[in-house]
Order: sequence, then C-alpha cells, then structure tokens
Amino acid sequence: MTPEERQAFEEELYTFVGRPLHPEPKRSYDAVNEAMIRHWAEVMGDKNPAYTNAEWAASSRRGELIAPPAMMYAWNQEGYAVAAEGRPSDGLSDLVAYFDQHGFTGSLGTNVDQEFFAEAKIGDALFEDAIIEEISEQKVTARGRGYFLQTLAKFTNQSGELIGTQRFRVFKFIPPEAPPKAAASGASEELEVPTRIHAPRGQDNGWWWDACDEGKVLIQRCKNCQTLRHPPRPMCGECQSTDWDSVQSTLDGEIFSFVEMHYPKFPGYKYPLIVAVISLAEGTRIISNVVGIDSQDVKIGMKVKGKVEQVDEKTMLPQFYPVEA
Amino acid sequence: MSICDKTAIVGIANTEFSKNSGRSELQLAAEATRDALADAGLKPSDVDGMTTFTMDNTDEIELARAVGIGDLRFYSRVPHGGGAATGLIHQAVMAVASGMAECIVCYRSLNGRSGHRYSSGVSGPLLTADAIHWGWYTPYGLMTPASWVAMYSQRYMHLTEQCQEAMFEIAHVQREYAAKNPAALFYEQPFTLDDYENAKRIVSPLKLLDCCLESDGGSAVIITTAERAKDLKHKPVAIKGVGQAAAANMESMTSFYRPEIAAIPSMDIAAREAYQQSGLTPDDIDAAVIYDAFTPIVLWQLESWGFCESYKAPQFVLDGALRSDGRLPTNTHGGQLSEAYIHGVNGIVEAAKLVRGSSVNQPAKHIENVLVTSGVGVPTGGALLGSL
Repeated sequence: MTPEERQAFEEELYTFVGRPLHPEPKRSYDAVNEAMIRHWAEVMGDKNPAYTNAEWAASSRRGELIAPPAMMYAWNQEGYAVAAEGRPSDGLSDLVAYFDQHGFTGSLGTNVDQEFFAEAKIGDALFEDAIIEEISEQKVTARGRGYFLQTLAKFTNQSGELIGTQRFRVFKFIPPEAPPKAAASGASEELEVPTRIHAPRGQDNGWWWDACDEGKVLIQRCKNCQTLRHPPRPMCGECQSTDWDSVQSTLDGEIFSFVEMHYPKFPGYKYPLIVAVISLAEGTRIISNVVGIDSQDVKIGMKVKGKVEQVDEKTMLPQFYPVEA
Repeated sequence: MSICDKTAIVGIANTEFSKNSGRSELQLAAEATRDALADAGLKPSDVDGMTTFTMDNTDEIELARAVGIGDLRFYSRVPHGGGAATGLIHQAVMAVASGMAECIVCYRSLNGRSGHRYSSGVSGPLLTADAIHWGWYTPYGLMTPASWVAMYSQRYMHLTEQCQEAMFEIAHVQREYAAKNPAALFYEQPFTLDDYENAKRIVSPLKLLDCCLESDGGSAVIITTAERAKDLKHKPVAIKGVGQAAAANMESMTSFYRPEIAAIPSMDIAAREAYQQSGLTPDDIDAAVIYDAFTPIVLWQLESWGFCESYKAPQFVLDGALRSDGRLPTNTHGGQLSEAYIHGVNGIVEAAKLVRGSSVNQPAKHIENVLVTSGVGVPTGGALLGSL
C-alpha cells in the first residue's frame, strides 16, 4: 500500500466504527433452558449446583436455577450452519470482508471481556444488540501488520433488563509470506532446525573453535614469556611476541558472575538458559553456559566442572555443571 | 592558537607488503604499531590515543589489548576511504596540541589482496576483529545489551547492599520526572513498586522497567567559540571539561576479563580528565544527566564521578539524591528509561537546559554546573557543562 492508498483505506475503515452488527436486537434461538445449561456445565467441568441441580436451587437464596453467566453469548450464537453455509451477512462480516479484500486476511481472536449485571433464568429470552466499538491504529505485531477491531455486545432479557456486556477483540492482519518451499529438485521438505549462532572463524580464533569441535578447550600461551591469554589474540600484551602455542584446560572452574536469559528468546537455544563468566583453574576466564542446575540455585563462587558437548546438530560447546560439595 | 610546531611524528613502521600476508588484519596492525613504538624508543604503555579510518576492520580496543597498550583517553576515526590518510594526522595533532592526549598511534592495516578486495566492489562478507569478538558470546546465547549489562550487575549486587531497592528508586524517580515532561514517551504514566516488581523479566537480574526505551527521534547540539556564544540568543552553556576513555583490557560490552567487573574503569579515567580540565570537583556539580540504558549503570557512574565511594551508590541513591530536591537531581527529563532513547544526545540537550535554567523539571536550587555522560560497557566519556 502506498501512503495514499493506506489513507484511503483507513478513511473508509474507520467509518465502520459505531455501526450495528444487526439491524435490530437479535433474539436468542432458544429460551434459556436446562438442557443447554447442562451441556455447557458438563463441557466446562463446572459443578456449581446453582446451574444444574433444580432441587438444590429451589432451596437456595435464588429459589430457582440460573444460567452460568459466562454462557451469556452462547444463546445468540449462530449454529453449525455457519460451517457449511458461512456466516450470514451482518455489520461485522462486512468489515471482515473489507479487511480481506485489502490483504488483511489473517484473523486472530485476542481477548474477550465480559461484565455481568443480572442473572439469566430458565425461560428467559436474551436479546443481543452489538456494535463495532473500536478499530485501532495500524499495529505491527509478531503475527504481522494489521488492526485490532473490537465489538461490544449488550445482552438484555425480555423485560429489557441488562444481563451483561461482552467486548470481543480480533486482530486482522496481513499474514507473512509462507516460507519458500524447498527447491523443486526433490529436496527434503523438512524444516531445518535452527542451531546456535556460531563464531566466524578467522586467523586469530579459528584454531580454538576447531579444537572445540574435537572436544578440547585450549588456552593460548605466549611462547616467549609463557603468559596465558583468552580470548585468543595474535600478540602477547606482556612482551609483544607473536609466537604462541596452547595448553588444554582441565575445565575446573568457579562462577564469577552469571545471568539468566528470559527475553527475547532466540531460536536454536534451550531455555532456561544460564550464561556465566567462569574463572578457570589455569587463571583465565571463559564465558559459557551453566547446565544441570535450577537457575535459582546458581551462586557466585560456586565450583563448576566443564565438558565439551554437542549442544545441537551443528555445535560443540563447553558446558559447565555444578560440582557436588 | 596555531598548531604550528606543537606536535611531531616520532616513530614509523611498515610490515612487509605481499599478496597474501597469511595473518589477520589485527595482527598486521599490531606488528606495525609495535615496530613504530620500538622505532620511537617508546613502550606500549606510553600510548594514550589512537586514530584510524572508519573503513578499518580493527577496533582500537582490540588493537590496544593485543599490543598491551593500557588506558586510552583519545580515539577517533576519519571517514571517506583513502581520503582519511592525512586525516589521521589532523586528528592526532588536534588531540596532542590541545592536551587531550600525549602519544597517539595512527594505524591502518588491510589484507587488501588475500581478503576483501576493493576491486570486488561493495560485496562479500568481512571477517572483522569485531565479528570474531562477538563470536565468543553468541554460541552461549549472550547476545543482547541487557545480557551484557546483567553480567556486571549480578556481580555488583553480590558486592553491595540494597542494590535492588536502588534500581527501583532510579527507575521510579526518572518516571516521575517523565510523567511531568510532555515531550517524554511516558508523559503522565507513572508506575508503582508493584508494577516494577511484576514486570517481565528480561535478563535476570534485570526486569522490564530496568531497561531503557527503544525510540525514534533525533537530537542535536551546536558548539562554537565562547566569543561568538556571548552574542547569540541564549545564555551560553560552557564546556568546562570533557573526557573520553577506554581503560586497559577493554572489550566492547564484554570486558569480563578484568580482575573486578563490578566497576567501570573507563569512566573513572574520563571523570579524572574532565575534572582536571575544568578545575571542578564533585562538590561543584549541581545536577546530572547520567546515561541510563539500564538502571544499574547509573549507580556505577555515580561512583566513577566521585559522588560517593565505591560500592556505596545504592545508599547515595536511596537517600533521595537523584530527586528534584536531592543532592544531585539526575535525568530530570526522564532519561532514556522514560523520556526517549536517542543514544544519550537527548541527555546533552537536557544538560544544556539545566544550565540555562529551562528544564521542564528545573530544580528549585541554583544550577551552576551539570554533568552529562555517555554509555558504559563500551569505551566511554563524560562532559562537565556550566555557566560561561
């Protein structure tokens, strides 16, 4: 959509606000009755005798059965015919069609708010009077770009008494493009499982990751003055020598600091995810994961022991476990 | 003042030239730097400044660490490819002649034949020292600003008392300021202790309200001579002192290899520089705009700038120091936690307003001098502003 198209789209869109869903209040298909209440209560697992036990209800302060308040909207709900024949045209279906025509074909019910003012009793007829109450500004969500629309339905009984209200919010959005199919050459259609983000391997660090792939954690050592250094770099900061070799770490360590990652979560990583700065027995530090322990039990100063493990299909990494005291 | 005869080149070096060096650009830069220092008869620890091309792939701090250069108090980069060459001299001369630094390495290294060839145009991946640096953290999942700062924060909490309470106080005081600032994204939206405690966890120990906004916007400030400033429209805001620094053993956001990480030595150096230039002391500072990407980093900076002793910032904050009637009204615009996140430059605007007396939350007391700081975890700095 160009900015001009969007402006035109929104101008018409917001004219839907305030429109009624039905030309006149829509009467429930059936009067409030015991059979439908029993079905509802059974499905919901609601054992409240006020809904289904007539004998109990007769001796209660109400003196009769009532319908579960949350069932309010069910009495006016379209039946199974919707699945076969589609929803009859109303104010809402016109709005949905308008969205669909402009590419906002995705629908996601986001939330329902109900308020109750009176109880529905056996034999009551319920009337639903609904409008399109609100349409949001354009929003970008994880599902895509679109608009939240909200309907407001008021339910009254045959004497015009307000039983309750229901606000229903739906997000209408442009669904993201479907992921491209695997190449036509008959390649597997299985989705690739994401793996951890790897370090790029260059001249100064590739050797370290190559050793890690083979199950070893090395520490760079200056050949001239024997100083250990990590992360690796091409020159010794103590004596400026560029000659170096390495020693293999025992991976005995202690937690110097740590964090627990909560948000955002990245594909390819397992949560809970604890990352720590670990002081190794050799005197250098390494950043790694702490595993095999509940996050609330991790403490600064805790002794840990590492081993190099395959953490996903493509990744070998040192992982540190708590050492039993 | 002319720069004529104020500075000189004292050491020079090249590595060998080839079609395939067989080693990294970082190593080439390190060797050239080492050999130029040897040529001058200087040690790595004599260097306190660096300058290079924006196109160079080697970070100043990576090079400093490789060569064993210690604290840096000047670094800069010049854009426009080969057009930068004598720009390095330009930067170095200004820094040395003005006293901002004493000994500067101008460097450039490239594997321009075996690596990325300019003849291939603007395509292809670059294997930079910076990309390799992040590679020590991404495989473990440590890859957001909140995660890096949380690592220092956990350590700081371990060494101090009432840190959590102080983090709330910082977030809360700033939101109170923002609630009264019509320009703030959180205008008229205060929060409660319950809101703070029940907010989403981001990276423990940081929760949502410990973290700054992500916002769109722009900020700018104009600087000219004191002479001209006097003839212009507003009360001039003088720059009394300004320091920048990268302390020894620095990594960008992940300096986890220093003896203690619950501190920001780069800001300690920047503060020392700015106080020295200005002749001011912490007692002379009336208000502050302290970089606040996350609540704990405000605490460490209060210590760096000498408003309290090391590891005592939580008590300083809990005494109400940051409030409008406190010892050091701070982030009176709401800060980046609650006004907007424009990378600290909206903070410079607010600091100037405090000196002018025109902050939307101008404290009742007279404001003579104001501190404004840059982001930490990276090489950083701060400036002292005041009346001319």
